[in-house]
Amino acid sequence: MGGRGQLAGGLMFLFAAAAAPLLPDWVVSLVTIAFANALVVLGLVVLWRAGLVSFGQALYYCIGAYAVSLTARWTGFTDAFALVLIGGVAAGLMAVLIGFLLARYREIFFAMLSLALSMILYGVLVKSESLGSTDGFSVATPTFLGYAPHRDALGLALYWLTLGVDAIGAVLVGVYFRSVAGALAAPIRDNEIRVEFLGVSVTSIIHIKVVVAGILGGLGGALAALAIGHVDPNMAYWTTSGGFVFVTILAGAGSVAAAFVGSLVFEAVRSFAFDVMPQLWQMTLGSVLLLTILFLPDGLGSLVARLKRRREAKS
Amino acid sequence: MLTASAILTDGLVYAAYLFIVAIGLTLIFGVMKILNVAHGSFYAFGAYGAATAVGIYTNADWPAAIGFLLMLAMGMAIGLVLGIILERGILRLVYGKDEVIIVLVTYATFLILEDVIVLIWGPQSYAAYQPMVSAGNIEIGELVLSNYDIVLVAIAALLAGLAYWALKFTRYGRLLTTVIFDRETAAAFGVNVTLVYTVTFVIGAMLGALGGAVMAPKIAVTLGIGVEVIVLAFAVVAIGGMGSIEGALVGALIVGICRAAAVHLVPQIELFVIYGVMALVLVVRPYGLFVRAQPRKI
Repeated sequence: MGGRGQLAGGLMFLFAAAAAPLLPDWVVSLVTIAFANALVVLGLVVLWRAGLVSFGQALYYCIGAYAVSLTARWTGFTDAFALVLIGGVAAGLMAVLIGFLLARYREIFFAMLSLALSMILYGVLVKSESLGSTDGFSVATPTFLGYAPHRDALGLALYWLTLGVDAIGAVLVGVYFRSVAGALAAPIRDNEIRVEFLGVSVTSIIHIKVVVAGILGGLGGALAALAIGHVDPNMAYWTTSGGFVFVTILAGAGSVAAAFVGSLVFEAVRSFAFDVMPQLWQMTLGSVLLLTILFLPDGLGSLVARLKRRREAKS
Repeated sequence: MLTASAILTDGLVYAAYLFIVAIGLTLIFGVMKILNVAHGSFYAFGAYGAATAVGIYTNADWPAAIGFLLMLAMGMAIGLVLGIILERGILRLVYGKDEVIIVLVTYATFLILEDVIVLIWGPQSYAAYQPMVSAGNIEIGELVLSNYDIVLVAIAALLAGLAYWALKFTRYGRLLTTVIFDRETAAAFGVNVTLVYTVTFVIGAMLGALGGAVMAPKIAVTLGIGVEVIVLAFAVVAIGGMGSIEGALVGALIVGICRAAAVHLVPQIELFVIYGVMALVLVVRPYGLFVRAQPRKI
């Protein structure tokens, strides 16, 4: 994404923020959830650029969500800004620890081990009475620096909070992509031994990527917990991770913006399919995923690039 | 003492179930290098097919033995059809792509098949406990065992023996071994790799469906049974080493005994222990117990 792309992205965000009061409630809440999940997807994009797929990103998502709800529950502290930060930090710390282990693995083994780790959390949560067991529990209504909105105003406040966190996340990840460590992702994917011959530790670069993805996952989970108002162990189940991977493939790893667009499209398709044909929504998702892999292997983002190339060829 | 023998027998029964499910998964991975998420669908389809078969034979009032065979046959037939459709219709299109991409293709297939189940059998759940009841119980000392469980262990042992024999002593098994070792060289020597792929996938699918069929009487056949099976089978296969049949056997025994021990001693950690063992094994041996580390290619 060049300077023009960033400007366009920034304008889109401002537009989305300004338009919120005019939108119906269901659109606001749909976009809030979609953009909370987009952060998790952004984390997967970070990994995917280095050829890694995590089938356990729900681990960080769930940790972020539970960190928010437990903090609010145990301390009575309900400031949304601090809670989201706590969610991100908690997941980030877990990612630092797990990274020591995970950074040694590649390909399917990376995917499987991350899957196992998220399932461990699921297993612990399901069997822990003190952590709400299978039912989970509800999240306290958040406040914003002392301001305590209700109902519609709360939805809007969470929407703006999500947009704000997303904007900061998008800018920082953009900076990371252009840094040396970020730019080495593609070479690592192609041939990591050659990267090591350059004198770079591939393991530590991947460790950083795991942590970045973990923090983003935690922030996404924290925002989702506030927006949904409820957390349960299914947030750590492998099908949740599968959904995130799905959006990543749908969006493609081409750019930061793709994660947001992809997440929005996914959430829209899902609620549409769920409304119109509740029995067949999984089939719809599966077919979309299959067609994407077969005909758009680089994701929806590659459509834009293709159009641009065609226009250049014409002129 | 009673607890110890209960752990052992429960563990063995659970291991038998895990092995039947995991052997198909590991076979497909070993030959085709495909981590098949749709294996859970094969299991679910097998279970639903068996439930239908049980419905047929209890209505027709056939003897239990014929009913049991009908159940197995139904499961295997469904696996056969599904396997051919998936391999020829979908997987053929993506051979040669990244392993991770193929995992996602099978994941997409799994999502689609979940809803196909709803279309065929509807959203209600089925009970197929009749074979379990008609098999009766046996008492050994203080321990009460279901005969059905003993049959389950026997089937698993039979499968293990059959797989060993087929791989070591039949022509097809030897061909398979060459393809596992090096696909391209095998193709260069005239092995029909395309055919080997199709046959392997279909056999794997039939084994997955068989797993569902034999488990149907022990569970409530309901939506979502495939979801849990996939991760369990993954855990077993990852512990043993992906693509290794003896690995699947050892992995199933380890997971089975550990889970049974957890259930009897500390029920809170039942789920935790399975994936905990898996993570532990992967930490020490990243490629599983029975697979050597691959040298990295420059």
